[in-house]
Amino acid sequence: MSTLSHRPASTEPMGAAQGNGAQGLVGLSAPRVDARAKATGEAKYAGDLQIPGLAYGKVLRSPYAHARIVRIDASRAQALPGVIAVLTGDDVLDINPYYGHAIKDRPLIAIDRVRFVGEPVAAVAAEDPQTAAEALELIEVEYEELPAAITLDAALAEDAPRLHVTELLKPGLFHGLGELKPQPGNICYHHAFARGDVEEAFAKADIVVEGEYHFPAVYQYSMEPHTTIAQWGDGEITVWSSCQHPFLVRAEIADLFGLPVANVRIVVPYLGGGFGSKSYTKLEPLTVALARKARRPVRIANTVDEAMVTTRRHGMKAWMRTAASADGRLLAREVRCWFDTGAYADNGPRVVATGADAAPGPYRWEAVKVDSWGVYTNTSPAGSYRAFGATHLQWIGEAQVDEIARRCGLDALQIRERNLLRPGEAVRPGGKPLDADLIGDIQKVAAALDWGTPKPANVGRGLSVGLLAAGAHPVSTAFARLEADGTATLYVSSTEVGQGVRTVFSQILATELALPVERVRVQGGDTLVTPYDRSTGASRSTTLAGLAVQRAGQELRAKLLEIAARVFGLPEEAIELRDGAVWHEGESISYPDLIRAHFGMVGGELIGRGEVRPEKGTGSYAEGPVFWEVCIGGAEVEVDPDTGKVTVRKAVSVADVGKAINPRLVKAQEMGGWLQGLGNALFEEMIYDEQTGQILNATLFDYHVPTIADLPASFVSTIVENEDGPGPYGAKGVGEGALAGATAAIVTALYDAGVRVTELPATPERVWRWLRERDSAAAGGAQSARE
Amino acid sequence: MIDRLDTRETESVPATGEAATTIRLETVVNGRPVSAEIEPRTLLLDFLRDRLGLTGAKRSCDVQVCGVCTVLLDGKPVSACSTLAYEAHGREVLTIEGLARFGELHPIQQAFMERTAIQCGFCTPGMILTTKALLDENPRPTREEIAAYLGGNLCRCTGYWMIIEAVEHAARLMAGEEDRS
Ligand code: FES
Ligand code: FES
Repeated sequence: MSTLSHRPASTEPMGAAQGNGAQGLVGLSAPRVDARAKATGEAKYAGDLQIPGLAYGKVLRSPYAHARIVRIDASRAQALPGVIAVLTGDDVLDINPYYGHAIKDRPLIAIDRVRFVGEPVAAVAAEDPQTAAEALELIEVEYEELPAAITLDAALAEDAPRLHVTELLKPGLFHGLGELKPQPGNICYHHAFARGDVEEAFAKADIVVEGEYHFPAVYQYSMEPHTTIAQWGDGEITVWSSCQHPFLVRAEIADLFGLPVANVRIVVPYLGGGFGSKSYTKLEPLTVALARKARRPVRIANTVDEAMVTTRRHGMKAWMRTAASADGRLLAREVRCWFDTGAYADNGPRVVATGADAAPGPYRWEAVKVDSWGVYTNTSPAGSYRAFGATHLQWIGEAQVDEIARRCGLDALQIRERNLLRPGEAVRPGGKPLDADLIGDIQKVAAALDWGTPKPANVGRGLSVGLLAAGAHPVSTAFARLEADGTATLYVSSTEVGQGVRTVFSQILATELALPVERVRVQGGDTLVTPYDRSTGASRSTTLAGLAVQRAGQELRAKLLEIAARVFGLPEEAIELRDGAVWHEGESISYPDLIRAHFGMVGGELIGRGEVRPEKGTGSYAEGPVFWEVCIGGAEVEVDPDTGKVTVRKAVSVADVGKAINPRLVKAQEMGGWLQGLGNALFEEMIYDEQTGQILNATLFDYHVPTIADLPASFVSTIVENEDGPGPYGAKGVGEGALAGATAAIVTALYDAGVRVTELPATPERVWRWLRERDSAAAGGAQSARE
Repeated sequence: MIDRLDTRETESVPATGEAATTIRLETVVNGRPVSAEIEPRTLLLDFLRDRLGLTGAKRSCDVQVCGVCTVLLDGKPVSACSTLAYEAHGREVLTIEGLARFGELHPIQQAFMERTAIQCGFCTPGMILTTKALLDENPRPTREEIAAYLGGNLCRCTGYWMIIEAVEHAARLMAGEEDRS
């Protein structure tokens, strides 16, 4: 590989700064509070937990993409010594076993029908994993195969086999999609919007670019596969699970098993990555049902091939056309896209809607028309993966913008400067106006790419910019205890997936309380203990849960000032908080002394609460988003014309985060997101056999994720802090934008190098083919010019 | 909770209901002698995690691609998911739990913490142990050498840049150069 020269990311101040004054720790790269536990192996993940009496669960999965279950005989498995329970569809008929936060279309275990290869058909709980695995072999299942629709085209065909009676499906608990209308055929969900007169705009356009594009199914590959432990006891359920959204899981489990939410407890240990793969409900219902039958706590731990069929990114087919005037004014865009949601909706409807939001791109249009569909197919279900929707569509729109630029003689930066939305302009009717300086951002990308300087042959440079509707629903709560010894404990349910929420929250609380960050401890998510948070995803934690944390800190601060005013006999304005004490001029009282004075004993504690809810309206997606996450990137690529191999020479990211509470963690998000974007752009793809629906590359031998050898030779990341976010200190979320920005920037850089990408990933074979197509078109063009 | 293996233990309950032949494994784990009856098919990763309660080595790909299960066997990195426990017979195993001495972190652990080379932490034990093997062999590796040596350790979170920085930082710390930030 070529030399790695990444600009020092450590120019920011690091280290254990003291909280001094209002923004003491904000903007400092405090070390991660969980780093020591993770560097010593002490950090516990779901698979590391042991509880007394734990049994081991394994899942028998369907070998067919679509079949009727004629008969299941589990008697031999049940008789195997060491087997505690075998669960089949018959065991859940006393409850309504269908779940799905968007659409209740999925039984927690197959009930007389399977709809994808890998669907759970039976589950065994045994004294040890080997016995559970042996028992699976003894379960006899007789299937009657049904015609299957593996691909989008097959599922959309007139005579396609239908997966669901969509008219009968019930909405889930958290669909957030307005009114859900039953759809025809295999359509799971349809989201559409239009403004202006598209036909008229295209009729008057000088330039129209049009094409059909494909995006593959992608495996999130959080390195820790899904793992869940469930315990059933006396009207109470306890679940330890690698889940991002414990409160949404709690609600679905309570709903499925007919219990009040208070009787369901979800505990979340450290997560070995999530990236959306652990959003919403995954293994939990099945594990609870198995524990209910076994009357023992049970753990189910996915293997990688099982994780792959548990959730994935949506594959997508899109048609897009863009109109412009000869002088490079963008006029109109029309988009139709079909998202392959697999056999069950999971988060598909939200992906469909977010994709629609991302489709127009951040430009000023006279007219836009977008139709976005989710389609059921007989493949494993698709859900969330980092920057969904934006990653799907940004590369397409941006490639069309570049094609227009070329045809009207502008460069990629100029056409964007001319057409990008400005802060305050409407992104979509009725939604939040633009809250970012996109032109400033894209100029920074261009500068980092040495835009306009000469470049060698076969090298291309590309820019991309897009918007992602971020934040999900704006509801988060937190509370904090200031203990009698002057340390603070924070209770907040955001999941530590690796992004560093606990560190950022420690900084926020420490700042508000003027404490050193080491004096703050963060309690991990546990629905019995930590208060409600809507979810950990959509780049929302710093912005929304962080705001709740700040408000909890502010309430504590107010209490400290009130008590100090009483003790000093002074107005609150005369008092300040500094270094873990209240001060008036040169005189101070430490928090422990102040708390002692308040309670009249050594003990007691102060409590502060913070709540975030919609400030106006209902907080619905239609009124939102909470903020527009800027998805921006730049790339310099080199194409080998003989092999089609693409090398990324330079990676550029701009993190438009409003305020970087911990700049080092922001960069960590950018770098990690960028490399995932590189994988999505160049080689990651789940390949299904179009007849059988089997995944042909279901191991990490065959499914290639970026390794250290795939690193671009350099990485330049800039943080933009315009304090224009709705979060604490003007912050807004980060973490997803780099992925979508990188994927699209690699595509536009390839366009600059002469490769017109119409399908991802841009594998060497495809790139080689596109180069040949270009050359033969050029030859044909030259010929016709001669005639 | 998991029973810590008592080194005086001579009996071992077979894993399944059927009587399985067992063999005696004598090894040293994190400097401590360990003797246990195991089934011949027992994998090193299961032995460490389930029998000894050393859960720092993780399981992910299970096919020797990802490196989260890396431990050092006589100082060399191996994938414990694809190594029989018996291969440790008469040899020394080092897991992440054995790296810090008396609460004092190893400079590589220090470097990973200081350089934000840790996000979710799932790859971290394997990364740190592989780095130890590298730096024991080659105290001042180039970036290319680092990338080549860590090629068998995946990390889905960090994008690797900060890990490379951490390895370089660790090399300087281990060389005793004043470079703490
Ligand atoms: S789990 Fe052993 S190499 Fe991946
Ligand atoms: S830190 Fe998450 S996989 Fe490396």
